[in-house]
Amino acid sequence: MQDNNFNEMNLLTAAPSPHIKRPASIRSSMVEVIIALMPAAIFGCYIFGWRALAVLLISTASAMLFEFLYQRLMKKPILIKDGSAALTGLLLGMNLPSSVPLWLPVIGSAFAILVVKQLFGGMGRNFLNPALAARAFLLFSWPAHMSNYTGMVNKIPIGETDITASATVLSQIKEGVTPNASLLDLFIGNCDGVIGEISAALLILGGIYLLARGIIGWQIPVTYIGTCAVMFFAFPQVAGVGRVDAMLYELLTGGLMLGAIYMATDYVTCPITKWGRVIFGVGCGLLTFFFRVFGANAEGVSFAILIMNSLVWYIDFATKPRIFGGGKRHAS
Amino acid sequence: MKKNGFLFQMKKGILDENPVLVQLLGMCPTLALTTQVSNAIGMGLAATVVLICSNLLISLLRHIIPKQVRIAAFIVIISGFVTAVELLMKAYLFELYQSLGIFLSLIVVNCIILARAEAYASKNKPLPSAVDGLASGLGFTFALIIMAVVREVLGSGTILGYDITFGVFEPAMMIAQPAGAFITLGMIIAVVQKIKNRSSDKERHERLVKAEPKRREEVK
Repeated sequence: MQDNNFNEMNLLTAAPSPHIKRPASIRSSMVEVIIALMPAAIFGCYIFGWRALAVLLISTASAMLFEFLYQRLMKKPILIKDGSAALTGLLLGMNLPSSVPLWLPVIGSAFAILVVKQLFGGMGRNFLNPALAARAFLLFSWPAHMSNYTGMVNKIPIGETDITASATVLSQIKEGVTPNASLLDLFIGNCDGVIGEISAALLILGGIYLLARGIIGWQIPVTYIGTCAVMFFAFPQVAGVGRVDAMLYELLTGGLMLGAIYMATDYVTCPITKWGRVIFGVGCGLLTFFFRVFGANAEGVSFAILIMNSLVWYIDFATKPRIFGGGKRHAS
Repeated sequence: MKKNGFLFQMKKGILDENPVLVQLLGMCPTLALTTQVSNAIGMGLAATVVLICSNLLISLLRHIIPKQVRIAAFIVIISGFVTAVELLMKAYLFELYQSLGIFLSLIVVNCIILARAEAYASKNKPLPSAVDGLASGLGFTFALIIMAVVREVLGSGTILGYDITFGVFEPAMMIAQPAGAFITLGMIIAVVQKIKNRSSDKERHERLVKAEPKRREEVK
């Protein structure tokens, strides 16, 4: 991309390692993630109509506005151009149902940016994923708005979903009813849910893009989704279908793909080491399984990721790599 | 302001050494009972009464209580007053008694009361000890009321039980839940610290500004 620049400027610097650097910045990483999210976001706007677009725009714009206002008022450098606030706002919007009142994303963005991110020191210092923490805040504060999934206005003319269906597939699973959507519907995204989670296919597509561009590692998504697959295969909870189908229903519904690919892999709130990331992914998977099977809510992805977020410090500490020639692991 | 005078002691108890917002004592009722302003007032005043009485009695008995068993003796005295307050409240303020529940009995093990007994009443004369109890108790009540006003308005949309939303905003239920208690407490402590340290921050800033040219010289 910037090869000329790369060779001339950065290759022969007299400094401690690393000597060869990728021309990556916070801004470029954030922009890549936003690009990867775009197909799913646009698809959500198609399925849920203008209201979904309004929710996404309001949450993104207000997140950037709160970041700007805080940094302005606290006389800190204004880092709004690095795109992290925009990404937080977009992810928050994609985690809301399209039928929420339009003040809800504004309050969610305020909580995400001001309380979760800036009060802990701003970019790189928050210990929880801001978008997910804000979603949890909104869910506990206004549960009626946050579980009102009745915004579907269009559908892709494949699959069999009845457009009048009101309960999400996850709540049908929770109630022990056989889901009324087919696996194909769920894979494409012909179903109710929050704006950004419905289309597993487009989310996976974006995930492959991020993997290919080297923005995220494979460890967290693969171990997270893999652990969920194993647990739901071993202990299926979908009524009236076979084991494999039950597992696929669990993997394709709800926020699992969105969470595993885009939220759990947030640089700031996931472990640094490779084995740490494996532990993180497995922990998220197990917690998601427990929340979905035993929890009061039908969905548990956001809570699972938030709990593992708060354990990242310990995971990093436990998987600290041994310095070469530095003696045994965990030597005192 | 005279040191150890009445006003000095009151200011110390309510602001400079506020038991909840500065010393972080008595967290349990602070977090659990501040969902309603009425609970906060009831709890604060009950603790204040116990504080004044126990400080007074402990100060009177300070030469008699053997050092080795003082904590146990303090607890016995405190629990005596708590039982009295509890019975009185049960007789005359039954509704409040019910909404405070177990936390009323738990005043016995409230750190604030034991801390004042240990740190002040056991070393000072009766009258200053009683004033100290009053100041700490009012500081506790003050902190509880601030917490409860914020949490009741934002979390339930009411104040002292009266609806104040006017249909304009929907209360954020989480503020009334335990997680909201921690967030609210953290914010209030931050604001109080900011106010408390404003003068010293200013002095520090001025000192640094004065020292800056000299420092630059040294760096050169």
